Amino acid sequence: MSDYLDMELLRFSTAGSVDDGKSTLIGRMLYDSKSIFEDQYEAIEASSKKKGEEHVNLALLTDGLRSEREQGITIDVAYRYFATPKRKFIIADTPGHIQYTRNMVTGSSTSNLSIILIDARKGIIEQTYRHTFIASLLGIPHVVFCVNKMDLVDYSEETFHKIKRETEAFVSKLGIKDITFIPISALKGDNVVNKSEKMDWYQGGTLLYFLENVHIGSDYNHIDCRFPVQYVIRPQSDEFHDYRGYAGRIAGGVFKPGDKVIALPSGFSSTIKSIDTFNGSIDEAFAPMSVTLTLEDEIDISRGDMIVRDNNRPDVAQDIDIMVCWLSEKPLQLNGKYAVKHTSADVRCVVKEIKYKVDINTLHRMEDDREIKMNDIGRISIRTTKPLFIDEYKRNRNTGSLILIDEATNDTVGAGMIL
Amino acid sequence: MKSYNLNHLKELESEAMFVVREVAAQFENPVLLFSGGKDSIVCAHIARKAFYPAKVPFPLMHVDTGHNFPETMEFRDKYVKELGANLIVASVQNCIDNGLAVEEKGFNASRNGIQTVALLKGIEENKFDAAMGGARRDEEKARAKERFFSHRDEFGQWDPKNQRAELWNTFNGMKNFGENFRVFPISNWTEMDVWQYILAEEIELPSLYFSHQRDCFMRDGVVMYASDVIERRSEEKVEKMTVRFRTIGDMTCTGAVFSDADNLEKIIEEVASTRTTERGTRSDDKRSEAAMEDRKKQGYF
Ligand SMILES: Nc1nc2c(ncn2[C@@H]2O[C@H](COP(=O)(O)OP(=O)(O)O)[C@@H](O)[C@H]2O)c(=O)[nH]1
Repeated sequence: MSDYLDMELLRFSTAGSVDDGKSTLIGRMLYDSKSIFEDQYEAIEASSKKKGEEHVNLALLTDGLRSEREQGITIDVAYRYFATPKRKFIIADTPGHIQYTRNMVTGSSTSNLSIILIDARKGIIEQTYRHTFIASLLGIPHVVFCVNKMDLVDYSEETFHKIKRETEAFVSKLGIKDITFIPISALKGDNVVNKSEKMDWYQGGTLLYFLENVHIGSDYNHIDCRFPVQYVIRPQSDEFHDYRGYAGRIAGGVFKPGDKVIALPSGFSSTIKSIDTFNGSIDEAFAPMSVTLTLEDEIDISRGDMIVRDNNRPDVAQDIDIMVCWLSEKPLQLNGKYAVKHTSADVRCVVKEIKYKVDINTLHRMEDDREIKMNDIGRISIRTTKPLFIDEYKRNRNTGSLILIDEATNDTVGAGMIL
Repeated sequence: MKSYNLNHLKELESEAMFVVREVAAQFENPVLLFSGGKDSIVCAHIARKAFYPAKVPFPLMHVDTGHNFPETMEFRDKYVKELGANLIVASVQNCIDNGLAVEEKGFNASRNGIQTVALLKGIEENKFDAAMGGARRDEEKARAKERFFSHRDEFGQWDPKNQRAELWNTFNGMKNFGENFRVFPISNWTEMDVWQYILAEEIELPSLYFSHQRDCFMRDGVVMYASDVIERRSEEKVEKMTVRFRTIGDMTCTGAVFSDADNLEKIIEEVASTRTTERGTRSDDKRSEAAMEDRKKQGYF
């Protein structure tokens, strides 16, 4: 029983352009790690037969909705789960279409790791730049480049190293923390779960080995204490008559009873009295735990406020520069007004300036084309109606991110990363 | 430096508590759907932890097909009382009596399809703007793309092509008048996670989940309880069998499995070595390959 209590959770996303073998790879991982049930296997076996395919098509395991099954493509983010004795994995399966930057951004936003597929025959293509750029923009700490279809290039060491060299050359500029290359064949299973017998020249571990062992303990910020207040707990019962607790999920740092804190925006200071949970009070709490804080002093705090250490404060700002990924068919409007959600705060903003758009294939700034349409990424300045308590996205993916909402449709239209 | 790590169950729990608190904060009149099955029990448990020491700040709603296992009903009433929550019952039988829904006939008749009618009516009558449920993405292909906050139009319908993007842990519950949300706090849990969590948290469950003796018969390779709400063919012989249920739904469409697992440890072992999905024992999904997707579009969970 104790073994699974030590399991960690790793969230990863997969990217690659159409036909690079993403679905096959995920199917292979699920199949070789014995995460597929008999009835699921029988269902795809039957579908494969119906389509007249000679092998059981493992890619069918990850095909979600009917319209996609009919078109034979993946059109949205789908989540898959599997576990080994070491870790539980959540896969955000995102499609590789040209126009689907939006989905990759969505799928990657919570990932610790991204797998980017490269077809060994084609080498680096436009999409490789784009996927890598998005991974770096979204602050994914670990990126694994899987050079796939090695079986079609005679498992050539030279081909693999050429792709690796070229990729390293452009990745170095992007500031991704941890990069790994693995030569695989998703179709034949080489180096996915089982070590390849065809590539003695490759000394590294298999993809699954890497996923099980990559160090993710420092992926959360455990330095800057940030506690966005989500909900105020007031029991109104005899037993807890004067109880006032601040419920939330720690967005950064480690909190302990006795810590000197201040509440933003009021700036009032106090001391943490207790950190409460249903199972009793605890000695410390860290990101991403959901807890309830009580303070020594009665100060007025509500949802949208933030409790931080008095010697380490976030920026308190109304004029904010962000990189935005646009998610809506209706382009971003200069001087347009949007609703904003940032941690537990709800404000509104106006778009003051569109500074440039990024050509995501070359990573060049385009200062003459500033129309930000669906799937575009650009740098903009917004002014909010009230101050937000922010950190740089690079430092904290929680307090450094925000979403823009169209006030007419209530649709989420922009994903913003604070610069 | 000391390393701060949560194990996977704690991280999933923390995520689910965050979602439940978001619902309480963003909606005026939320409800937690409670079937008495393990997933909804886990959701209720998480809600209880999320607001402690206050009470859960929303009611529970049971969509009652009228074909529940007696054990489920008993458990439901006891659990709700202990939680100190308000229980609302949305009755499928009422919908049939009022002509809002038509009962299926024949050997494979089930009230699963018309559950949607009672659910939507319950949401409308009580003016709920968010209904939380224990659905998980690993249950079924169509669910794999579901969001935590799933937006429904004024008819309660789901449009798989037009879902809101969901980024980081920022959930957008903004809506127009008359629209509502379905929210799934344990989206990221698997069947195994649920069982491990139940064991770790010592959560009480209806006895149906544990191995016991019961009058059953076989239909299409599935073990069915010989209750008086299922019509049997003459060749379907009733025998005492040693079984347990992996999911608890309507008696007409929930199959049992042969099992000696009479405690949580044994169930976890069994789940680890089982070769079929949970939903494999539910005849409602088998009707067509896209059965779940069709029902979701109509407003089913
Ligand atoms: N020879 C070979 N073919 C592969 C490999 N991986 C995928 N394929 C084939 O490439 C095609 C596209 O694969 P699929 O997984 O559907 O690609 P996706 O569009 O990225 O999901 C299919 O015909 C696969 O069988 C591989 O490692 N070797």
